[in-house]
Amino acid sequence: MTTLKNTPFKTFKKALLVAACSTLGAISVNAQADDVSVPDTIRWTIPFGVGGGTDVWARFFTTWMSENIQGNPTLVIDNVPGGGSINGSNLFAMRADSDGSQWIGTSASTQYPAMLQDRRVRYSYEDWTPILATPTGGVVYAQPGLGNSAEEVLNAVTNQRVKFAVQSHTGLELPVLIALDLLGADVQAVSGMRSRGEGRLAFERGEADIDFQTTSAYFSSVEPLVESGRAVPLFSLGVLNDSGEIVRDPAFPDLPTFNEVYETLHGEAPSGPGAEAYRKFFASGFTLQKLILLPNDAPEALIQEYRDAARRFVDTEAFKEAAMAQLGPYTPVVGEVVEQHLQDAMSLDDATRQWLVEWLLEQHGARI
Amino acid sequence: MIDVLFSSLGQLFTVPHMLYMVMGVLIGLIVGIIPGLGGIAGMSLLLPFLYGMEPSVALGMLMGLVAVIPTGDTFASVLLGIPGSSASQATVVDGFALAKKGQAARALSSAFLSSMIGGLIGALVLTAFILIARPVVLSFSSSELFMLTLLGLSMVAVLSGKDVFKGIAACGVGLLVGTIGMAPATGEFRLPFEIDYLYDGLPLVVVGLGIFALPEIIDLLVKRGAIAEQPCQLGKGWKEGVKDVAKRPGLVARCAGIGSLMGTIPGLAGSVVDWLTYGHAVQSAKDKSQFGKGDIRGVIAPESANNACACGAMVPTLLFGIPGSGTAAVFLGGLLLLGLQPGVSMLETNLDLTYTIIWSLALANILGAALCLGLARPVASLTRVPFVILAPLITILILFAAYQATRSLGDLLALGIIGAIGVLFKQANWSRPAFLIGFVLAPGAEAYFYQAAQFQGAEAFMRPGVLIIGALIAASLLLPPLRSYLKKRRQADEPTTHERQEEVAPLALGVIDVALLGSLLAVAGYMWWAFADLSMLGGIMPRLAIAIIVAACVLEIIRTVIKPMKWQTQTLSQQLLWVAGFFALIGSVMVLGFLFAAAVFCLGFLLVVARMKPVAAVGLAACVTLFLMGMANLLTLTYPTGMLAGL
Repeated sequence: MTTLKNTPFKTFKKALLVAACSTLGAISVNAQADDVSVPDTIRWTIPFGVGGGTDVWARFFTTWMSENIQGNPTLVIDNVPGGGSINGSNLFAMRADSDGSQWIGTSASTQYPAMLQDRRVRYSYEDWTPILATPTGGVVYAQPGLGNSAEEVLNAVTNQRVKFAVQSHTGLELPVLIALDLLGADVQAVSGMRSRGEGRLAFERGEADIDFQTTSAYFSSVEPLVESGRAVPLFSLGVLNDSGEIVRDPAFPDLPTFNEVYETLHGEAPSGPGAEAYRKFFASGFTLQKLILLPNDAPEALIQEYRDAARRFVDTEAFKEAAMAQLGPYTPVVGEVVEQHLQDAMSLDDATRQWLVEWLLEQHGARI
Repeated sequence: MIDVLFSSLGQLFTVPHMLYMVMGVLIGLIVGIIPGLGGIAGMSLLLPFLYGMEPSVALGMLMGLVAVIPTGDTFASVLLGIPGSSASQATVVDGFALAKKGQAARALSSAFLSSMIGGLIGALVLTAFILIARPVVLSFSSSELFMLTLLGLSMVAVLSGKDVFKGIAACGVGLLVGTIGMAPATGEFRLPFEIDYLYDGLPLVVVGLGIFALPEIIDLLVKRGAIAEQPCQLGKGWKEGVKDVAKRPGLVARCAGIGSLMGTIPGLAGSVVDWLTYGHAVQSAKDKSQFGKGDIRGVIAPESANNACACGAMVPTLLFGIPGSGTAAVFLGGLLLLGLQPGVSMLETNLDLTYTIIWSLALANILGAALCLGLARPVASLTRVPFVILAPLITILILFAAYQATRSLGDLLALGIIGAIGVLFKQANWSRPAFLIGFVLAPGAEAYFYQAAQFQGAEAFMRPGVLIIGALIAASLLLPPLRSYLKKRRQADEPTTHERQEEVAPLALGVIDVALLGSLLAVAGYMWWAFADLSMLGGIMPRLAIAIIVAACVLEIIRTVIKPMKWQTQTLSQQLLWVAGFFALIGSVMVLGFLFAAAVFCLGFLLVVARMKPVAAVGLAACVTLFLMGMANLLTLTYPTGMLAGL
C-alpha cells in the first residue's frame, strides 16, 4: 500500500476547491508574475480519450506543472479523441491561440502518421515547440516453445514463420517489426488489436508467438510470465543517451539491446535504410514518446517559463518517487534538447520513406 | 482469502469510504440519467481529484459511479425512448412501449429491481470467479469470439418474427454501416464519398439515438397527446413492477448469470449482452406476441444482465489490463492514476483492493437502485405531460447527447441521416433492433474472423469452444421453427383449433416497403461499385453485407409475388415534414451556433407549436440554455459556434 500523503478529507476539500475554481474560472483575477504574464488557465488538448495512456500521463503532469509555473495556473485537460489522435491534433493546429494558454500532449501515434505523411494529417511538428518529453522503453519476448534462451529463439525465428499480434503495421510496433526483420526473423503481423494489451492477451492464449510491451506493462504483466517460464525475453529497445547513442535500458540492465543483439549476430552495427528507419521511429516513438508542445509563435518568455517550471521538478526526489509508477525509471527531457532530438527524429528522408513504403507492402501487404 | 474478504468489508463501512462512494453513486446516477453522458463523462469528472487519494477510498468512489450508470440510464430508455447508453438499448424496445401504454412506473420499478438483483448476483459471481478467471478468459481465442458475434447476429432471426427477410435486410444494412471506417486487416479506409468524419466509423451513441429516439419523437409529434396513450396508474404500476420481478426469479437469475459471464470476455461484453438476454427472454417465453409492444420480460431480461455485466467487465480489466467496456477503459485509467497496475498483483499483493472493488460494486448497486426506485413514481408522471411541450427539450437533449460522441458537427448530421432511416424502418415495420445488432457486431465479426483465420488457419473452426457455440446458434435458429411445426401438426389433428390459425394476419406490404426495397438494391449496387478497388481482405466484409442485403431483398420480393399479399396503407408525408424540420434545426445550428440555435428553437417551438404562455416558454427555453452552458463548463465542452461567429 502506498503511503498516505493526503487524508481523504483534505483531498475532498481540495476537490471542492478545484471544482469551485474551474466553474468560477472566468471570474478569478489575473495572476501577475514578475516579468512574464502567465495565463490563469491553460487548456491542454489531449487528442486521446479519457483514461487512455496519454490521458493518464497528462493528468499526472497537471499537478506538477501547475504547482511549478509562476502564479499556479489551472490546467484544464480537453480530450478530443478520434482518428488515433489525428483529429484532435488537426483541430489544435487549426484553432490554438498563440498566447501560450494552449498546449497539446502528443504520443507516438501522433508522431508516426506525420512522419509517414498520412493524408489525414493537417498538423506539422514544425509549427510546435516542445516543453517536455518523456521516454519509455520496451522489451521483445517470445514463447518458450521456440527455445529456452534468447539465442535459441532468435535462431528458431529465422527458420520458421512466427506470428506477432499488432495494432496496425504502422503503429507503435513499427520499429519492432523493422528490428525483427533486420535480425532476419520471418514475422507474420496480425493486425487489428485494439491495444498493446490485446496483443499480449493473444500471446498468453498461445495465438501469437512473439510479442512486445512497453516498460510499465512489461513489469506488471510479462515479468510474472517470465518468472513462471511462460515467456522468454529476447532484447530491449534500449534508450538514447545524451550523446545520441543507444545504450542499455536502466529498467532492464541485464537485457541486451537490439543493437547489441544485431552486432553479435552480424559482427557490425546495423546500417542501411532499414536501420535508418528503425533509428527514426525508435526516437520519435520511444525516446520522445509523449510530448508537451505549444504553438511556436507563443511568447518566448512564456515558453521559457514553462520549461523552467519543468526543470524545477524533474530532478527532485519527490517527483522521481511519484514518477516511478507512472513513467518507469526514466527522467523526462526538457526544452532545447527535446527540440533538437525532435527535429532529427521527425525528418524522414525520401530514400528511407521509399524503402519503408516498399518494405511494408512486400513484407506485410500494407499500403500507406 | 476469507480474512481478506472480511477485512475489506470492514474497510467499506468506514466514514470516508461511504462518503466518497455515495458521491460516486450520485454522480453516476446524474450522468446516467442524462442521455449521451455515461461512464466516460462521469469518470472524467472524477479523475481530476483522484491523483494522491488513498486507493481504497478512491476505488470506492469510482465503483460507485461505474455500478449505477446502467441503472440510471433506464429512465431515459423507458420514459423517453432514448437509449441512454449502449447498455440500455434493448430496454428501449419494450420499456418505452410500456410507457406508451401508461405503465411507465411498472416498467421502471421492475427495471430497477432487476438491476439491483442482477448487480448483486454479478458481484457474487465475481467474488469467486475472479480467483479462477484467468484460464477461462484465456480459453476464449479469436475464433470463439467470432462465434459469439455470430450468436449475437442469430438473435436477428429471433427478433424479427414473421418479417424475417425484412429483419435480415435491416441487419445487412446495419452490417454495411458498421464496416465504415478502417479495415482491421489491411488498414484501408472504407469511406463513402471520402468524408473525413467517417474515418473512425459512426459512433454507436449516434446510431442508437438516430435509429430509436428520433423516430419515436416524430411519431409522438404526429399523433399529438402525451407519451402515455392510456391513463397512467403510477402507484399501482409501481407495486405491479415489483411483483413482476418477484414472479420471474428464474429469468432474472439466468440473465444475470449470462451477463456476468459475458462481461468477463474482453472485447465483446456490453454491446451484445443486452440483445442476447433479450433474445433469450423472447425464446423462453410461451406467449411471444407482446414482445416489442410492451412485455415486461423484455425489460427485466436486459436490465438484470447489464448491471451484472458491469461487474463481470472488472475481470479482464483487473486481471489483464484489458477493459471489457468503455466505462471499464476509463476505470483502468483511474487505476493507473492511483499508481496501481492491473495484472496478477491484483490477486496477490492487492487482493484487499480487489475485494474492496467487488464489495463497493455490490453496495453501490443496492444504493443506486434504491434511489432510482424512490424516484421512479414521481418521474414517471413525465409521460402524462403533453408531448409537444417535451419535444423541443428532448430534441435538444438528443442533439447534445449525439454531440458528445466525437464533438463534431458530423455527429449531428449523422444523427439526422440515421434518424431518417429509422423513421422509414419504423413506419414500414422493419426491425430496428436488427439494424442495430448488425451495426454493433460488424467490426467484431470482421476483426475476429480475420484474426482467427490468420492465427489458427482452418483449425480455428474445429476447436471445442467453437463447436459448442456453433451448436447453440443452430439450436436458437432451428428449435423455434421445429417447435411451431410440431405444434401445427398437433393442432391440425384437432379441428377445433382451426379457427385460431386463420387469425394469423396475412403478410402486408406498403408503399414504404416498396420504396425501401428499391432504394436498398440501388444503394447496394452503388456501394459494390464504390468498394471495387478495395483489396480482397479489406473488402470481404462490406461485400458480404451487400450480398446479405441483396439476397434478403430479393427473397422478400419473391415472397410478395408468390404469396397472397394484403396491401397496407403506410403514411409518411407528415413524418417527412418533421424530418425536414430536424435537418433545418441542424442547419441553423451550423449557422447560428449550438447555444443560440437551441434557445431560439425551444422558444419558437413552445410558442408556435405548443402554444404555451410566453412567460412559461421563456422560462423553459432559459432552463435549456442554462443546462447546456452548465454542461459546457463542467465537461470542458466547446459547442459549435456557427458560421456567423466566424465572420
